[in-house]
Amino acid sequence: MPNLEHPAYPAADLLHLESLVPCRESQVSMLLSIFGERQQFSFPSIFIYGHTSSGKTYVMQTLLTTLQLPHVFVNCVEYFTSRLLLEEILIQLQSSSSDTEQTCPVHCDTLNDFVRLFKQAVASRELQDQTLYIVLDRAEQLREMEANILPAFLRLQELTDRNVTVVLLSEIVWELFRPNVGCFEPFTMYFPDYSIGHLQKILSQNHPPEYSADFYSAYINILLGVFYMVCRDLKELRHLAALNFAKYCEPVVRGEANERDTRKLWKNIEPHLKKAMQTVYLREISSSQWERLQHDGGEPGQLKGLSAHTHVELPYYSKFLLIAAYLASYNPVRTDKRFFLKHHGKIRKTNFMKKHEKTSNHLLGPKPFPLDRLLAILYSIVDNRVAPTANIFSQITSLVTLQLLSMVGQNDQLDGPRYKCTVSLDFIRAIAR
Amino acid sequence: GCFVFKPSTKKRRSSEKTAHDFRSRSDDSEDTELRFVTCQSLWTQIKSETEQIQEDLNKQLLDNLVNFLSRSHSEFQEKTTEWTCRMKFREIPTAALVLGVNVTDHDLTFRGLSDVLQDNVTPYIALLEAKDCPGIKNLMQKLMGQLMNCDVDVDSLEDEDCVQVSQNRIRCSMSSLISWYESVTKKTDSETPSKKRNSSSRQWQSPPVVVIFKDMESFTTKVLQDFIVISSQHICELPLVLIFGIATSPMIIHRLLPHSVSSLLCIELFQSLSCKEHLSTIIDKLLLTSRFPFKLGGKVLQVLINIFLYHDFSVQNFIKGFQLCIVEHFYSQPLSVLCCQLVDVKKRVYSLSHDQCENIRRLPSFRRYVENQESGKQIALLTYDSFLKEETEKLLEDLHVYHENYVSILRCLHVLTSSLPKYPLGKQIRELHCACLENRVWETEEYESSLQLARMLNKTDLVTMLQQCVEILMSSSGKEFDKTVEKLKEFLTQFQNLEEASQERDVSVSSQKELQKKTDLYHLQKTLLELKESRRSKKLTKFETLRFEVVDYIDSLVRKYLVPADDRTLHEIVYFNAATILRGHLNAAPRTALHTALNNPHWYLKNQALKCDGGGISNKAPDICIVYKLHLECGRLINLVDWLEAFSTVVMAAEEPNADAASSDQVDDIIHARFIRAVSELELLGFIKPSKQKTDHVARLTWGGC
Repeated sequence: MPNLEHPAYPAADLLHLESLVPCRESQVSMLLSIFGERQQFSFPSIFIYGHTSSGKTYVMQTLLTTLQLPHVFVNCVEYFTSRLLLEEILIQLQSSSSDTEQTCPVHCDTLNDFVRLFKQAVASRELQDQTLYIVLDRAEQLREMEANILPAFLRLQELTDRNVTVVLLSEIVWELFRPNVGCFEPFTMYFPDYSIGHLQKILSQNHPPEYSADFYSAYINILLGVFYMVCRDLKELRHLAALNFAKYCEPVVRGEANERDTRKLWKNIEPHLKKAMQTVYLREISSSQWERLQHDGGEPGQLKGLSAHTHVELPYYSKFLLIAAYLASYNPVRTDKRFFLKHHGKIRKTNFMKKHEKTSNHLLGPKPFPLDRLLAILYSIVDNRVAPTANIFSQITSLVTLQLLSMVGQNDQLDGPRYKCTVSLDFIRAIAR
Repeated sequence: GCFVFKPSTKKRRSSEKTAHDFRSRSDDSEDTELRFVTCQSLWTQIKSETEQIQEDLNKQLLDNLVNFLSRSHSEFQEKTTEWTCRMKFREIPTAALVLGVNVTDHDLTFRGLSDVLQDNVTPYIALLEAKDCPGIKNLMQKLMGQLMNCDVDVDSLEDEDCVQVSQNRIRCSMSSLISWYESVTKKTDSETPSKKRNSSSRQWQSPPVVVIFKDMESFTTKVLQDFIVISSQHICELPLVLIFGIATSPMIIHRLLPHSVSSLLCIELFQSLSCKEHLSTIIDKLLLTSRFPFKLGGKVLQVLINIFLYHDFSVQNFIKGFQLCIVEHFYSQPLSVLCCQLVDVKKRVYSLSHDQCENIRRLPSFRRYVENQESGKQIALLTYDSFLKEETEKLLEDLHVYHENYVSILRCLHVLTSSLPKYPLGKQIRELHCACLENRVWETEEYESSLQLARMLNKTDLVTMLQQCVEILMSSSGKEFDKTVEKLKEFLTQFQNLEEASQERDVSVSSQKELQKKTDLYHLQKTLLELKESRRSKKLTKFETLRFEVVDYIDSLVRKYLVPADDRTLHEIVYFNAATILRGHLNAAPRTALHTALNNPHWYLKNQALKCDGGGISNKAPDICIVYKLHLECGRLINLVDWLEAFSTVVMAAEEPNADAASSDQVDDIIHARFIRAVSELELLGFIKPSKQKTDHVARLTWGGC
């Protein structure tokens, strides 16, 4: 058992920390050894990556709070511009340092300002003797900000000349970050996915107070048996476990089975979980609807999921426009004459067959077509005469806003706009009926 | 147009001015003032009626939504300590609101929704549109702006500090929104509960913040994703509720959001009434009633319905079209002053001027009426105004009675036809209404076949139909129906007697009827022929004779009451029939108009010199017209030099031939300049564009004409 050990921190804190971060002991001890003692300078920047919910954020947060290391925690998605991000870091610094005086609004537009203000903030906090950790969650967003942000954060220690370490958390590998002009290489660290055993251990940890740990762990075992194939997201699994636990307990509550009667319980819950996989997990029906359904004991069949409502009612000409667009997108131009003209000449069959594409047009995806072609096909597929009124043209635009068509190339409207049909064959079949 | 976003409609011009506009065309002997006032009052009546209807239609949906919203966060607030709540991931409650394909109509629903929410659930509502939110930054700005302003609206007393907040440049981030929310809720807690109007929303500690995405389809994926991710992190501090306005199908949520994001939401689906049902209700309540004196003619109604069904599915546009009909009718028809409630008719008829009386005499329907009178009365009608007025009043009253009867009998006929297989006269009452308005419905083939089908109905259907008819007629305001109701009731009792008398024989008969009822139209004719044969040979059963009697009676009712409005005298006063004008206004064809203008400038300019017949090109026409006509004769690529040559030939044709001869090969600079200008104008209009294939050519962008 790799007990966490570090001379700088009290053993009780470490023990508590260990209980909080199951299955991540090795990563934590690695981090601890990089961090060193409080006053020691650490590595300037650390890059941690791993899949969704492999515990990056959680581990960092628990580590820093339990050991009471000075830190700033920022989510880069939330602070979407560099200004917001920098200001947020400064605000957090200020507010944690001085809770007595009102924090004055900081204005920080550039990194230069940031470095200056950062030095001030650190000085006012008298933190020179401790390492300050700046954790940037979802660091992949940094790539979309100004080009100097990411390199500057990587060597913030050097720029500010203060004891600071920047920790970047991301779901993608470092290679995708590296700017082409080069930068300081951070220390990279990988958080591997939790294995099924890990998941079992972590999920079983929080059992409800009314039931024993063994009972809950048996339930988690069944749950993982169903869901592990499709979902390894810890958060999602925990959510699903909480949603379906009431159903699992039902026989026990009714007195039909006791807590040890695993087989009976399994028979009861398994089909239910499978149904949950098809509905709640895909968000076809919402969790609250699912709970209500469970509560009322109704069949999930009565509640139609989101995908059941695929039918879209369209005006008469919109339907024809969409069909025409579909034909224009998936038929090659040279077949138009054959399909849509009443008196097309005889087709030389041999010639045509030879050229026939091996791959289906549906596999190639929609091709763009000009407006003229769309209208020409429309006129030929609608039985009666269609006047080219403003209403027809406006319908094309509205189909674009409804995302049933999409405009290709944002060039001049006068220059013959080109469109693509974005709906599937099934959809067209449904409206053509 | 279809879901085009029209700029907000112009404010109605001030009343005096419009009245003046009505008058400016003709002198005041035609009661323009009164007509205008009538028009306005009628429209306000209709408007309030439609608003009422729409409110009722949306009520169910809004109630469900309010329920959902008030439920969404209370659960968490009540039992935060329970195990399941601690373990469950806290999702953002989301309502997916499927509103049908016409986006412009959604505005009204959203307005109603936010009003209802404001009164019942929460004062904090933000409405976001895709066009305002190209990036997450704009979205946050817009959101915060709306939320903080709404605070000003509700608590107008605390204006000062709110203004202060907005004056400072707020950092548009979630954290400042949260601190705002905290301060606001704290403030409301400390307030005395009796202070404000929406005390009901204060019953909770923290009312939810509702964010409405009006047009989900148009938002970019990234913005939505980011916003959802951010707000899901703060859901505990800021109780957000999202509402997605969806025009197509809820599948769009899965198309726009990846699973990692959609798993942060707790989505419930709400569906509004389909717009076709909405239209049916509107037609039922607005047109098929005798409450409003103004009526739509068959063709006009057809135009409006066609625009709805073929182009836009917009109920708002339908109502706008209806409004246009009203305005146009009162504007163009001087006699529309008589298109008012029956109580006012008498007064208005007797105050008619001589000119107006002449107008009445000129009405085609009135002339037809006069011709059918005896000669003494004819003279009286044509010479004495007072006699004419008396007669007019009587005729108008007749017309009113006709309407009342018409609607009731139409409904009865609809009850009959809508139960027939294949609906020969249409499933909806509006189709039947159109058919009856346009011509004598009993002369049509569809009517014939539906009567034949009705003669084959089985007894239970027939009885329920009769009962429905009795109910309709009883509830109608017409006075003439006492006898009809009696007659129908008599039929019903006869059916009952029949049942009691011959129960055992009936079995075989009704089974035979069942068999006949299931046959489709093709087999129908055959069975009918057989029936005819058998009718000759076999004596009809009692039930069959009774059934024939019933159908014949209904037929007689139809012939009596469902006379098309065109046959009624003075129908011009209350019926608006100018379908072509309406079509021109509502279903404009810009391409055609442009072609007419360029091809035949006389049409719009009304200049006699421009009048030309045949295909010739007049040199007096504007340059652009000449250039346009010349370009119609060309193929896809047009040689500019040839075009210029042709142009100068046309232009020079009128000038002296000797001047022409002097500089035949050299085109005049002025003409050259005129040509260039005309060509660039054509380019601006989108008829041609420069071609890359040949430098001295331009490409045509339109087809036809050559």
